[in-house]
Amino acid sequence: MSASPELDIRWPIGLLFAAIGALVSGYGLFHAGDAQPLGVNLNLWWGLVMLLFGLGLLWGARRASKS
Amino acid sequence: MHLHWIDYAIIGVYCAFVLGVGLVLKKFMRTSLDFFLSGRRIPAWVTGLAFLSANLGALEVMGMAASGAKYGMLTSHFYWVGAIPAMIFVGLFMMPYYYGSRARSVPEYLRLRFDEKTRAFNALTFAVMTVLASGINMYAMAIVFQLMLGWSIHATILLSAAVVLIYTYLGGLTSSIYNEVLQFFLIVLGILPIAILSVIEVGGWQGLAARLPHGYTNTWSTLGHAADNPMGIEWFGVVMGLGFVLSFGYWCTDFLVVQRAMAARDMAAAQKTPLIAAFPKMLIPFLVIVPGMIAWAILPHNDFLPGGQGEYNYNLALPLMLKHYYPAGMLGVGITALLASFMSGMAGNVTAFNTVWTYDIYQSYIRRDAPDRHYLAMGRFATITGVLLSIGAAYVALQFRNIMDYLQLIFSFVNAPLLATFLLGMFWKRATPNGAFCGLVGGTSAAALHYFATKAGVVEYSSDMAANFYGAIYAWTACFALTILISFFTRPRPDSHLKGLVYSLTEKPSYRRLPWLNRPATLAWLVAIFTILFNWIFR
Repeated sequence: MSASPELDIRWPIGLLFAAIGALVSGYGLFHAGDAQPLGVNLNLWWGLVMLLFGLGLLWGARRASKS
Repeated sequence: MHLHWIDYAIIGVYCAFVLGVGLVLKKFMRTSLDFFLSGRRIPAWVTGLAFLSANLGALEVMGMAASGAKYGMLTSHFYWVGAIPAMIFVGLFMMPYYYGSRARSVPEYLRLRFDEKTRAFNALTFAVMTVLASGINMYAMAIVFQLMLGWSIHATILLSAAVVLIYTYLGGLTSSIYNEVLQFFLIVLGILPIAILSVIEVGGWQGLAARLPHGYTNTWSTLGHAADNPMGIEWFGVVMGLGFVLSFGYWCTDFLVVQRAMAARDMAAAQKTPLIAAFPKMLIPFLVIVPGMIAWAILPHNDFLPGGQGEYNYNLALPLMLKHYYPAGMLGVGITALLASFMSGMAGNVTAFNTVWTYDIYQSYIRRDAPDRHYLAMGRFATITGVLLSIGAAYVALQFRNIMDYLQLIFSFVNAPLLATFLLGMFWKRATPNGAFCGLVGGTSAAALHYFATKAGVVEYSSDMAANFYGAIYAWTACFALTILISFFTRPRPDSHLKGLVYSLTEKPSYRRLPWLNRPATLAWLVAIFTILFNWIFR
């Protein structure tokens, strides 16, 4: 993957998913008692997935901007 | 279904980001080429995802889930017979002429290859079609948000139009492409949990097959006769109508998608754009069609009747699944994904519209030799006009039942004959300007004629879908035959004018310098093999 010369697209996308992931997993952590689909705390776990995805993109963008 | 503060917070974060990206990109928009074609410097994986996602609007996502609920696995033909082979074809065989000609739009290619009137005809029909498509997109979404959340139709249309207007006005095609890529990830991450949870709940593929009528989980084995399957069509209509004419017509000639590849940084990136897009594209059926089928299998069918009576509204399949599975929090993500796909679908149409308007209509016929700055300003002005016209079109879309059928109908007017023009134009150097023009006009008229004949009951089909497929076949055939016939009686352009535009007069790009795995042809083979496998597994 190479970066576009102006604004590496991984910055905005990574930031957005990190923000949404943190919001959703945080909410899931404090509302673990709510009704859950098939007994899974979907907010917590999928929130973490989105958070990790966002952080991964940010990490990639940072590495590309350094080299 | 109602939203909590957390859901609104997520929608708010998304809107803030979209506008922020537009603001940041604004300072890079110096020339009209920056605005309309992103200065031709976007890497292939970004244009690839944008290529996919310009088409993965809310209409597509909800319409495909709706078709899944209504027609079952037959809907996958839109992907595994339609889109994927077309994407391979446009990447391998058509991109060398599109990108190689340095045309800035599809109509401009037509002017280079044929003549001014062919370009004018295509530019005008495309401008009308893209505004209509954008309007339908907006209207459909407003209806869904009203049914789902009780939002006012007018407020949804106006607010989303405002967001799209601001970010495309500021950042042009780059803004649109960035938001399309963002939207792609939102759709995938926002809907994937539904796909996973619903497959678990229904008990896998076997469990699903057991709960649906016979044949709903097959793609090929019920296509022997039109009466045997829910779509009311047989294999010939699917392969020729949907696969060849409609899908090739859309993916190979529609400027909305081709524009993404034209923004790529070099020929290899342009060719790889549709091929990279094809990998996620072939998995989309699992993300939207299968959950649509499961919605019909596990939810009470009364849920599909919003007023409690009348015809089933299959477009509710995906929203109902959101409601069924998502708690506050993830619901916000799901709603944001739908909103995002809706807005990026609209932005895609608006950016294609402003390019065609500015380069192919304004610069060609109204004001030819203005400084570049003037066209950049015109592009921004066309963006505003495009959004306003789409809002108007949104209110026209009211009368039609299934939005996907309607979209297919528009394509059969415009893209089906255009495909014949491009195939002849790119691969037969004898095709003449007058032949192409008459073929286009004749093919489009044939589509219109067929449409009115169907409406009047002169020709009858067992479903709207079948009628559209055959309308497209007739339009394509009329254009193909007319173009050839008239070409024999009119003068072709000299070879010297056709270099880089026609197969036999263009040097083939060579990719020996690229690593084996990075060549367009390798990607194309991989895509083809996977697609054949999917067709076989789900036959």
